Amino acid sequence: MEDTNYILEAKGLSKAFSGVTVLSDTGVSIKAGELHALMGENGAGKSTLMKIIMGIYTKDAGQIIFNGKEVDFASAREALDAGISMIHQELSPIPEMTVAENVYLGREDRKMKGLPFVDKAEMNKKTQQLLEEYNLAEYIKPNKKMKELNIAQIQMVEIIKAVSYDSKVIIMDEPTSSLSDKETEVLFRIIDNLKKKNVGIVYISHRMEEVFELADRVSILRDGKFIGCVKVSEATPEELINMMVGRDLEGGYPSNTAKKGNVVLELKNFTRAGVFENVNLKVHAGEILGMSGLVGAGRSEVMRALVGYDPLDSGEIYLEGKRIQIKHPKDAISNHIIMASEDRKALGLVLERSIKENIAVQNFNKFSKGGFINHAKEKSLCKEYAEQMTTKMNGIEDAASSLSGGNQQKVVLAKCMLSDPKVLIMDEPTRGIDVGAKAKIYSLMLEMTQRGIAIIMISSEMPELIGMSDRVIVMANGKITGELQGEETKSQQKILKLALGGN
Amino acid sequence: MIKKKEKVASLRSFALVFVIIIIFVAMSFASPVFLTSKNLINIVRQISINGIIAVGMTFVILTGGIDLSVGSVVAITSVICGYLLQNGSNWLVACVVALGIALVFGAFNGFMIAYVGFQPFIATLATVTMGSGIALAFSDGKPFTITNETFLKIGQGYVGPIPIPVILLVIIVAIGLIILKTTTFGRYVFAIGGNKSAAKLSGVRTRRIELMVYMLSSVCAAVVGLILSARISSGQPTAGEGYELDAIAATAIGGTSMSGGLGSLTGTVFGFVILGLMTNSMNLLNINSFYQQIAKGILIILAVFLDMTSKGKKQ
Repeated sequence: MEDTNYILEAKGLSKAFSGVTVLSDTGVSIKAGELHALMGENGAGKSTLMKIIMGIYTKDAGQIIFNGKEVDFASAREALDAGISMIHQELSPIPEMTVAENVYLGREDRKMKGLPFVDKAEMNKKTQQLLEEYNLAEYIKPNKKMKELNIAQIQMVEIIKAVSYDSKVIIMDEPTSSLSDKETEVLFRIIDNLKKKNVGIVYISHRMEEVFELADRVSILRDGKFIGCVKVSEATPEELINMMVGRDLEGGYPSNTAKKGNVVLELKNFTRAGVFENVNLKVHAGEILGMSGLVGAGRSEVMRALVGYDPLDSGEIYLEGKRIQIKHPKDAISNHIIMASEDRKALGLVLERSIKENIAVQNFNKFSKGGFINHAKEKSLCKEYAEQMTTKMNGIEDAASSLSGGNQQKVVLAKCMLSDPKVLIMDEPTRGIDVGAKAKIYSLMLEMTQRGIAIIMISSEMPELIGMSDRVIVMANGKITGELQGEETKSQQKILKLALGGN
Repeated sequence: MIKKKEKVASLRSFALVFVIIIIFVAMSFASPVFLTSKNLINIVRQISINGIIAVGMTFVILTGGIDLSVGSVVAITSVICGYLLQNGSNWLVACVVALGIALVFGAFNGFMIAYVGFQPFIATLATVTMGSGIALAFSDGKPFTITNETFLKIGQGYVGPIPIPVILLVIIVAIGLIILKTTTFGRYVFAIGGNKSAAKLSGVRTRRIELMVYMLSSVCAAVVGLILSARISSGQPTAGEGYELDAIAATAIGGTSMSGGLGSLTGTVFGFVILGLMTNSMNLLNINSFYQQIAKGILIILAVFLDMTSKGKKQ
């Protein structure tokens, strides 16, 4: 390692949380102007490693060298001032403040030195310059309030903020996980621009295509250890996957061989003013129905209205041929129509409570009488289902927040499965989940269809949608624009065309 | 990592028990009266007032809410009992009517919060003001004298050596513990406080549970209204003023998170026991009530600070 042109080098980092080792002797070396992908299964230690570099966590051992000097930041603010910034997976803007105010938060320009009067004009001007420099001026105005922006725009503001600190290294934690394809392209343009300005970028991602499109080098972590660093131009996806999981993964997507039965669920004329209109769909027992569309097409909204979470203006629901009424998620659950939401944090789990309580909350009919809980039965059933989903945990009483994203998703699935679904709605079932956990979730889905469960899968990942679906329904602007069957479901072009609203 | 949380929780209980022991040891030296059975019984009787309200308050706070209106429920209950008893009503009828009115009052709070969407602080701030106005208007600002012997026992009577208010406290704490630890309702309370949206998607009738929690809080306050009226032999329109603050303090000292989802009733019990011991001790030591208030405030800060640091922000 005589190469001295690393801008950021971390060596021998170790970290344990209450006795559990999450990083041992791990490191990463970033060159200026490169995009360095960081890959690994959920829980491999990627985020922890980055949070140590940023000073959010303290390290137990190891060394961080930035710009030729050893550093040990006490807070993210110190790292930011030194020139390292991180764009987190979950963004946290201040919604009531403007773009410029968010960018210069905590270091506002003053009208006069020493006086607390903020010079908005100057901040707007500087923000505008930055936006123009990165060709974002057409998307974002400095005086817009953050609450008026969509997720993609908020992310762009975060990047602008990082740039405004003259960051030499920018860490991006799964930046594309909530972006549509078009927004992703804009992000990629910004990244190109940053590389030209000699900024080193650490890019945490689970998306193989992105890594191969963007990255110069990729470092792989597994179980808190550094496995290797390779040039992307000399690697294949299979090699990377093998490094990540430490074993060979059966290639591609498994096929659904379950026998398709009768129509289990039918929606007629589902309408909610301004959100979706006249949606009709059917799903059969043992079938995986894929739902495609751009972000904001109304797919999740239809499903949330179906299970009674969101209001519905008009529409009819038929379960196994009989009309049913769903006014509240409780009605959906008692009819065995179960939804696993895309947003684990907001809708999936009560993070501060235990795994057991999270699985139980939806299923007390299984182990309570007259409102009193049968604790022994509760514990054994929740444990059984969590284990069936291969949740990695120390115990069923662990807080859900202590699990990695993939394992949290497994807890959500355990909760859903315990409700004996006839129809299981999976909204982005593998978002933010590593390769190994993904494969496991796919095989769980196939086990479900073998048992005659109908699955409605909303997915924005094209390979997953094409690989897993027996049939695909595409939505655009709140309407169904097409349905693809058989070989047609394999055509990315056709799906995309429908998703863009054309025919 | 909940193991760590449990460790923190047990550390906190340990610290609270430790505080109680210190007060006992110090006071047994400082005051000859402290350890007498008369004083100890006096302490638990005083504690029962705040304790019963704090049980209901803990439920409300666990859902992420707050109930500022309990004091005026005490006042309304008190004047209604006073009025009915003065007009020759049966004691049981008076109690049932008073509790019924408290239920309606709590249901109004819950309806505003869960169904209309008011913030709990604002909704109950409005009802506490309204409530004390109602009590004053109903009684024309004057107390009703109560002479019904059976009714007065609620506040003044004993079963063996134990005052009836203390027995009521023990029963209400026990019911609270059973609800929180062994019923689905208890789990829903925690789930709503932790993440209301996730609870709703999991089929929890979040609005109904919230409504019931505010009704429960009002009923606890009404029981205190009965005890207090019986104790002072009158229906007082100004009874219960400021009681909400002591109940919130007990809950906070007991480690329940003000944003909901985390906490325990056991903690609250420690909270009101310590507050009661402190008040009694300072009274015995002839400490001016102005300084007592300062001490109480410091106790709240210390307890919550201990909680924050032991949970730890940076790992």
